[in-house]
Amino acid sequence: MSEYKTRSPEDVSVGDKLDPVAIDITTGLVVCGALATRDFEPVHHDKAEAQATGLPDVFMNILTSQGLMTRFATDWSGPEAVVKSIDLQLGAPNVPGMVMTMSGEVTGVDSESGVVDIKVLGENNIWGMHMQGTVQLALPKEA
Amino acid sequence: MNADELQAFEDEIYAFVGQEVYPPTPAPDDVNMPMIRQWAEIMGDTNPAYLDADWAANSSRGRTIAPPAMMYAWGQEGFQVTKGRSPNAQSNLVALFNKHGYTGVLGTNVKQEYFKEVSPGDNVTIQMVIDNISERKTTSRGTGYFFETLSTFTDQHGDVIGTQRFKVLKFIPQEQPAAAASADGGLEVPTRIASVRGPDNGWWWDAVDEGKVLIQRCKSCQTLRHPPRPMCGECQSMEWDSIESTLKGEVLSYTCVRYPHVPGYPKDPICAVIKLAEGTNLVANVVGCEYEDVSIGMQVTGKVEQVDEKTTLPQFYPA
Repeated sequence: MSEYKTRSPEDVSVGDKLDPVAIDITTGLVVCGALATRDFEPVHHDKAEAQATGLPDVFMNILTSQGLMTRFATDWSGPEAVVKSIDLQLGAPNVPGMVMTMSGEVTGVDSESGVVDIKVLGENNIWGMHMQGTVQLALPKEA
Repeated sequence: MNADELQAFEDEIYAFVGQEVYPPTPAPDDVNMPMIRQWAEIMGDTNPAYLDADWAANSSRGRTIAPPAMMYAWGQEGFQVTKGRSPNAQSNLVALFNKHGYTGVLGTNVKQEYFKEVSPGDNVTIQMVIDNISERKTTSRGTGYFFETLSTFTDQHGDVIGTQRFKVLKFIPQEQPAAAASADGGLEVPTRIASVRGPDNGWWWDAVDEGKVLIQRCKSCQTLRHPPRPMCGECQSMEWDSIESTLKGEVLSYTCVRYPHVPGYPKDPICAVIKLAEGTNLVANVVGCEYEDVSIGMQVTGKVEQVDEKTTLPQFYPA
């Protein structure tokens, strides 16, 4: 178990930045992400249905965006962190061919409870902000 | 819609507040490893808390857990939704909006809070209500109403494991420019807004396309002027020619456009008024340095560069 490190609140300061992660938005990710979250809305797997809404192709469902953003946060924190909340404003769709870059910065650390607030942004290279908001994690007190 | 009709419509929509979209409904399957593994593979999530039973046995939890972001997935309706969802309070509300022209739909906010982690073998029950509907709002997408659903998730012990608030804008769509789909349906990479070229200034932009920044010169009194215009402000002559700028200059004034980020443009572009060595001013971007490094009076050197597929512009670098 020692190969996985989890940050403790003492390791973290307001202003700490998370290393950005770039995600290739592929048809596979969009379609399979919808499937993995049991979201069978046709716009997430059927290009013709998506184009009927005015978009060029199938687009990522919200549950996949939430999944990618919590992954981004827990990859940074380590596996003993507990996700407390994810609060997102939704922006432009993620469509195959785009690259979404997730970035984040610690905006709050409560050393009492171990809860840290991370301001996050997922931005694609074509249309800009896909999602932005706050992920809250509870970090274990002792490392 | 007159005032009475609007009142009647709003009475009808606000009657939906508090209505149940889904009564408490247990997920058809318990939280299970195959769905977790599939989710984790696709999300690229290698968290051992989800996947590694040996690691988890020795962790503070003592067991693997489901990714919290799967909370909503467990109870989702299945593939039959491709043939249409069964009517419920939310679809009835949406139908009512649509009937009155509020056909646009946009998910604007989603917030999940988690109170208790669940593991394989647990069962998640979802209950959803229409929690609130805003007053009529004018937004950049059109006039409409925000409605918010509140989903509450409980486990088999009746403990609330989490909640989800999802806010949707239903609006009367304004005429929108066609979405950025190229003829073959592929993605069109946005470019900068094209310069407007008329009889009085087109020649200047055409020269930029060829890599030159020209400055208009009065043939009668030799006064330089920019931006291009037909008449000399000094002697009113309409005869003119031009000289090529050396693109040496200094920053007269500058700002940084931080918000909004416009697709096709770099983030946080530095826009400056450059006083060229020839004496005229030019608005252009300062590049090759941070905003904090720019100052009034700073010496700069310009280069005419292609900045995207369709656009060539003079840009200025610290000298």
